[in-house]
Amino acid sequence: MDWFKRKKEALKPVEKKELPDGLWIKCDNCGEIIYKKELEKKLYVCPKCDFHFRIGSDIYISILFDKGTFTEFNQSMKAADPLNFKDSRKYSDKYKATVKKTGMNEAVVTGTGQIEKHKVVMALMDFKFLGGSMGSVVGEKISRAIDLALENKQPMLILSSSGGARMHEGILSLMQMAKTSAKLARLAEHKIPYISILTNPTTGGTTASYAMLGDVHIAEPGALIGFAGPRVIKQTIGQDLPPGFQRSEFVQDHGFIDIIVHRHELKQRIASLLDFFAHQNNVA
Amino acid sequence: MALKTQKFVLEFERPVVELEEKIHEMREYALSSGLELDDDIKRLEKKAGQLRKEIYSNLTRWQRVQLARHPLRPYTLDYIGHMCSYFEELHGDRHFADDRAIVSGLAQLDEFSVIIIGQQKGRGTKDNLYRNFGMPNPEGYRKALRVMDLAVKFDKPIITLIDTPGAYPGIGAEERGQAEAIARNLFRMARMPVPLINVIIGEGASGGALGIGVGDRILMLENSWYSVISPEGCAAILWRDAAKAPEAAEAMKVSAPDLLELGIVDEIIKEPEGGAHHNTEQAAQIVKEAILRHLRELMQIPRRELLEQRLDKYSKMGSWKE
Repeated sequence: MDWFKRKKEALKPVEKKELPDGLWIKCDNCGEIIYKKELEKKLYVCPKCDFHFRIGSDIYISILFDKGTFTEFNQSMKAADPLNFKDSRKYSDKYKATVKKTGMNEAVVTGTGQIEKHKVVMALMDFKFLGGSMGSVVGEKISRAIDLALENKQPMLILSSSGGARMHEGILSLMQMAKTSAKLARLAEHKIPYISILTNPTTGGTTASYAMLGDVHIAEPGALIGFAGPRVIKQTIGQDLPPGFQRSEFVQDHGFIDIIVHRHELKQRIASLLDFFAHQNNVA
Repeated sequence: MALKTQKFVLEFERPVVELEEKIHEMREYALSSGLELDDDIKRLEKKAGQLRKEIYSNLTRWQRVQLARHPLRPYTLDYIGHMCSYFEELHGDRHFADDRAIVSGLAQLDEFSVIIIGQQKGRGTKDNLYRNFGMPNPEGYRKALRVMDLAVKFDKPIITLIDTPGAYPGIGAEERGQAEAIARNLFRMARMPVPLINVIIGEGASGGALGIGVGDRILMLENSWYSVISPEGCAAILWRDAAKAPEAAEAMKVSAPDLLELGIVDEIIKEPEGGAHHNTEQAAQIVKEAILRHLRELMQIPRRELLEQRLDKYSKMGSWKE
């Protein structure tokens, strides 16, 4: 049982590397220290383990859209705090602070643009704005984007990155699920393609509405995708969750994700889907 | 109405219930002893009535949440039993299982043959386990959808009764696509070309409630609650303490008057004094009348217009600044 004994030599504590702020980033998954410029070039995917870092809507726009083609609309729309909500602090204060911190007005960016020359309407959620939570503004901006896709007869894309509905707007947040789903239902009647892209995380009311209503569901690898959060489930059932539970691969295995696409291929694969839907089978 | 048999009493109900019990005792005593106590009894009854009025006209949101969860509160099958002259329950989603947390079936509601669907809670531990405490799994939502498709096929109005502490958060529920099941129902219900009435009869917790809660009219019982998350869930996340649920209920504005003010519900259905559990039969009668009134209106609307109005109704929901 020699191997069982503790070796005399104590484990050396890993030397703390002084990382110049902003120059190096440590991979959340494998711990690899990555040069930030390198990570940027790799679209924020760890070169060692393929871990997909969470990125903002601005980076997704630069990844997906042909250069300079994306035009945002309804950019200035902001939450109105209809409930005058307050927990330990006021929702309106928290909101203001978030706007200041993120430089964004809400948790979704909507706009038009071109993906490999395909004109599309797209909504991109952003987790850094109050956890990508869906309140009235998110619901309204997405609804208007869907309306525009219908009007322009252009494919609709929604990229989700969201913890779910925003509690601070109570029932109004919940109703955004019904609103956006209703708009998508009408879009579907007009046979306009809708592609849902699910990134880490997509949970709660976001998953239980537009994220799960696509003609095609694309997920990034390893993204948390589900209805109830893992902590809530664990508390409810009082047992540990199986490994990989609610990750993209698990959700695909259970039949709710069509394709898992590496971020490096995301634009190309979406463009191919758009090619497919746009193709007319003409009889000679 | 003496509540001698009421086994479960909420804290704020206690003064009334105790007084009612006293009146009941006095009546029995008067009967057995032959003493003339009518005046005293009348006086006490008047007092009880005043007290009830006082308590029930000043309920906090949290007290309403408690009433919505009252174990004696009428549930979906109680309403169906009292409202419908015919009911045939249809079981199963034709894919996986029969979810007992949702009941669905064919019903006759006065002059209308309708489809009724509702979450069903259990009474007592055994029944509650059978009903999974009114928390549906994906197959429950899929059962609801396939029965609603029957309604569309045979052109029957759909009535849904909402009463759930939430969609079930379990491993199997996630594996079978709880989110997809709910999303699909929202998507489909938005465009079903039949009149659709939703009534929140008890608890309206989040997506689990909304999963059968899209329609032309949303009615809400006076002492029911409806919000994006349960007060406990909200408190656990924002206050980091589930015991702050009363504060969360206030902050989220979960009551029927709140939802009327926010433009979400179309009508508040008055409950019998002392709450629906005080008189199930009367509660069911009031709910039935409200449903019929709206149904008669909706039946007059051309179906194409009905769908436009429905989409318009949801388009307006929310509050924002531009």
